[in-house]
This record gives sequence, structure tokens and C-alpha cells, in this order.
Amino acid sequence: MTPSLIALSMIAGIILIASVVGFYAGARHKMDLEQWTVGGRGFGLVLVWLLMAGEVYTTFTFLGASGWAYSRGGPALYILAYMPLAYVISFFILPPIWEVGRKYRLQTQADFFQIRYGSKALSAFVALVGVVFIIPYLQLQLVGLGIIVEVSSFGGIHRTPAMIFAFAIVAAFVFTSGVRGIAWVSVIKDFLLLFAAVFIGIAVPYMYFGGIGKMFAAVIHARPAHLVLPGATKNLGQTWFISTVLLTSFGFYMWPQGFGSSFTAKSSDTLRRNAVVMPLYGITMPLMLFVGLSAMLVLPNLSNGDLSLLTIVRKSFPAWLLGLIGGAGALTAMVPAAIQMLTAATLFAKNLWRPIFAPTMSDQQVATLARITVLVITAIALIFAVYSSVTIVSLLLLGYAGVTQFFPGVVLGLFSKRVNGPAVFSGIIAGISAVTFLMLTRRDPWMGWNAGFVGLCLNFAVVATVTVVLPRRASEDTNFFAAKVSSI
Amino acid sequence: MKRPTLGAIFFGLVPFVAVCFSVSLWDRIHPIILGLPFNFFWLILWMLLTPLCLCAAYRMEVHSGNISPAKKEIH
Repeated sequence: MTPSLIALSMIAGIILIASVVGFYAGARHKMDLEQWTVGGRGFGLVLVWLLMAGEVYTTFTFLGASGWAYSRGGPALYILAYMPLAYVISFFILPPIWEVGRKYRLQTQADFFQIRYGSKALSAFVALVGVVFIIPYLQLQLVGLGIIVEVSSFGGIHRTPAMIFAFAIVAAFVFTSGVRGIAWVSVIKDFLLLFAAVFIGIAVPYMYFGGIGKMFAAVIHARPAHLVLPGATKNLGQTWFISTVLLTSFGFYMWPQGFGSSFTAKSSDTLRRNAVVMPLYGITMPLMLFVGLSAMLVLPNLSNGDLSLLTIVRKSFPAWLLGLIGGAGALTAMVPAAIQMLTAATLFAKNLWRPIFAPTMSDQQVATLARITVLVITAIALIFAVYSSVTIVSLLLLGYAGVTQFFPGVVLGLFSKRVNGPAVFSGIIAGISAVTFLMLTRRDPWMGWNAGFVGLCLNFAVVATVTVVLPRRASEDTNFFAAKVSSI
Repeated sequence: MKRPTLGAIFFGLVPFVAVCFSVSLWDRIHPIILGLPFNFFWLILWMLLTPLCLCAAYRMEVHSGNISPAKKEIH
């Protein structure tokens, strides 16, 4: 057997085992909309932890982080900073979101806006923005899968057919297993990723430099400026760092899928205790950066930093190990991608299509429409993935610039009685417009600031202004959550 | 919704100051600690210290009666 055949069959085997587990775990439960999207709201600490870790540790962790350490250097440090902070935010906001979710039987993020602000238009708009900005995140997983197959086949299989094939599997997986199957596949994926990350993160610096400390000594000797901000870039300095860390830690649970996964928990205390321990799980992130930095010295001429981790693995280890690590990587792309597809499809069918175009649809029809939507959204992400060449981290930051615009509406909605629907609506529009303008005119970062963060500041300012300007309605003080339960 | 106590918010802010706002103080290579450049060492250290801050925030919330103390959960 050739090395590429060995590696590829390892990857296929891992995907097959994971899919069987997913189908089996999903098949044991009757699949109505509530079971498919929030697992019947009965997940304890362990399953919630796995599900949340499952969607957090994605291709971005595996290939993107090492890729940025390779190509950008210092700016990749933002990844180590924002993760613990994201859990600090979640400690404060997820438990109350869960309380609202249980009280009004919410399934999606847009449901939350509907209940809090009593506006179908706002809720549909939130669903639309959520779906649009999940697409770059899905695209990122696709690019990752394509890279894995491309590198593992030693360039024999082109990235495009690999991506199409991989996502057919993910879509099939989403169709049949729903959120419960995905949570169990996360178990396999987390063990494999943990093994792969610790192994590569220690072995690669050891093989080429004699240890992590010696690897750093070599980088400091060769390119000391690479290790501090702005690294190999011109415009990602300390201002960019602060604004990006704030944007991404605020936005972490504004992803519709992260927001939605909090509804799967059994109690709000599950979420709070989860937040306390989650930062420890991030300990694999620095290891990924070490691999990227090692690759920078060992393989200095790669066309794309995102290739660095797998290329150095291929250079250093036997084919079966490349296959095992590639398989772990494939699952870290598939599991989050499955959750993202599921969320985007549910949002589209339940919060955008039904209320606006077909109010008479039954839950069963919504579930069917959601499954069709899975295919459409995947196809769109696939087209973008084939035709663009943006780095994995840049795709993630693009998504963050969009979804973090929900943050004012969520946080003020939870803790302030005053804030109202029109204020939040105009805030999101202002934020998204600013982000779109700055990005399309290539002004990200803008005067050193992350464009998404500029949009967020504008968003907050607009929400505050409109809230103060609009007359206070008498009902708002007593009716904190609008309680239009019948329409959910 | 009940707002978190000031004490809990204080402990939540500590990691923000440590790894975000103070970047100009720690973003440098020297001193090298445990073989790591200082910025890497500092951020990894705070991955370990953040759970401690959140533990403290948790206790503040329990103490104030905002949340009832953790019950044993059955899976």
C-alpha cells in the first residue's frame, strides 16, 4: 500500500465509525423538532460539556490556529486570550438565557429575540443575519476538510472533489441523527483531538529542536519580531489585539449554534459550572501554536499557513499516524459543521420562512423544510469554499464581526427593562452596515481597530440613543419578557 | 432577570484586565519563563487562573443568594 492509501483509509475508517455512532445514538429517540434541535432539553453536565466543546474546538483550532502562528506570528496570541474570556462572559449570560429558554420553550436564538422584544420582523432579521454569518464558519470547516484530504493523499486528490464528498457525508449525518447523535460523536472527536494535539504539540518541537523551550530559542534567534504583536503583519498591533479579543469573547456565544446549545442543558447550574471548568480545555491551543511556529522554521516556504500542521505531520511521522491525525481533523470539521448546518436550517425554516411566508406550517413540515435547507446552505458554503482563498482564521473573524452584533440585544435584553425592539433592531442594522462597509472597502482593521468591534461600538451607541429617545411604554416595566408564547 | 452581584462581576473583570487591556505590559519575549516567551507564558498562566476567578465569582453568587448551591447531578 502506498502511504497516501494508508492515510486515506485511516481517515475513512474514523469517519465511518463516527457516523455509525451518530446514527445509532440518534436513532434511539423519536425525532420531532424539539428532539432534533435541543435533544429534548435533557442533557446533563457531561453531554452539554461535550456538545459545547464539540462546537468550540473546530478546524479553526486544529489547522487555523497553527496556520496563523505560522504566517502571522504574534497576532495568533489573540486565540489564547479570548477563549478564557469567552467563558467568563458565558458564566454570566448563559444561565439567564437558559432560564428564559425553559420558561418559554425556546429552540433558537431568534426565538429569544421574539419573546424578549415581541417583534416577528426582528426575530426573522436575527435569523437571517445568523444564517448569513454561519456560512463563512461552515466554509471554514469545508476548507479544513479539503486540506486534510489534499495533504493526506500527498496531493493526489484535489481539494474540490474532497470537499464535495466530505460534505455529502456530513449532510447525511445531520439528516438522521440530530443533536443527540452529534453530541456522542463529539466524544470520539474530543478524545482523538486531545491525543493528536498533545502528541503533535510535544513531538514536533522535540523532533526538530529538542523541546519546546529550544524551539522558542530557535525562533527568538531567527525571527524575534514574529513572537510579539504585530508579528509578520503590519497592521495587527495592540489596538487590534484588544478590539479583537473583546469582539470574539463577546461574540463567542452569540453564534446561533452556541446560543442554541445552551438550551440542551438540564439546568442553569450545569451551564454555570461548565463555564468554570471550560477554560482548562483550551490548554490544547498553545500546543497548536507551537506546531505552527516549528513549521515556520522547518518548512519556511508553504504557500498557505493553514497547510503547515498537516504538512509537518506528513514530513515527520509514518502514514498511519498521518491518517489518524487527519481523521481527528476530519471529525473536528464534521461535528461543528453538522451543528452549524442544523442550527442554520432550523433558524431559516422556523424563524424566517414560517412566520413570514407560511404561517400555517406544522412543526413536522418545518422539520422537513429544515432538512432541505441543510442541503441549500451547504451548497452555498461549498461554492464559497471552492472559489475563495481566505485563511481559516480570517473566515472565522468575518463571522464574528457579524454575529457579535447580537450581543447588545441579548445582554441588555436580559438585564435591562428599558431597552426595546426598535432600539435593538436599529443597533444591529447599524453594526452590520458598518462592518459590511469597512470590510468591502478593505478597511479592516480600521485605524488599528477590528472592523467588527467598530460595528459593535456603533451598535451599542445606536441602541442607547434610540432607547433614550423613544417614549417609555407603560407595559415595559412590568412585562420584562413580552410573553407572546403562542407565536413560538 | 436578576443581575449578577458586584463581587461576581469584579472577579469576572480580573481576567479581562489580565489578558486583554494590559497587553502593552506583557507582550514581550523577556523574561523567558519555563522556556516560554513571556507573552506565551502569561496567557497560558491565565488559562489556569481564569477558572479560579470564576470559582470565586460562583461563590459570590451563591453567597448572595442569586443561585442556590450546587446540587449533585445525576446523568
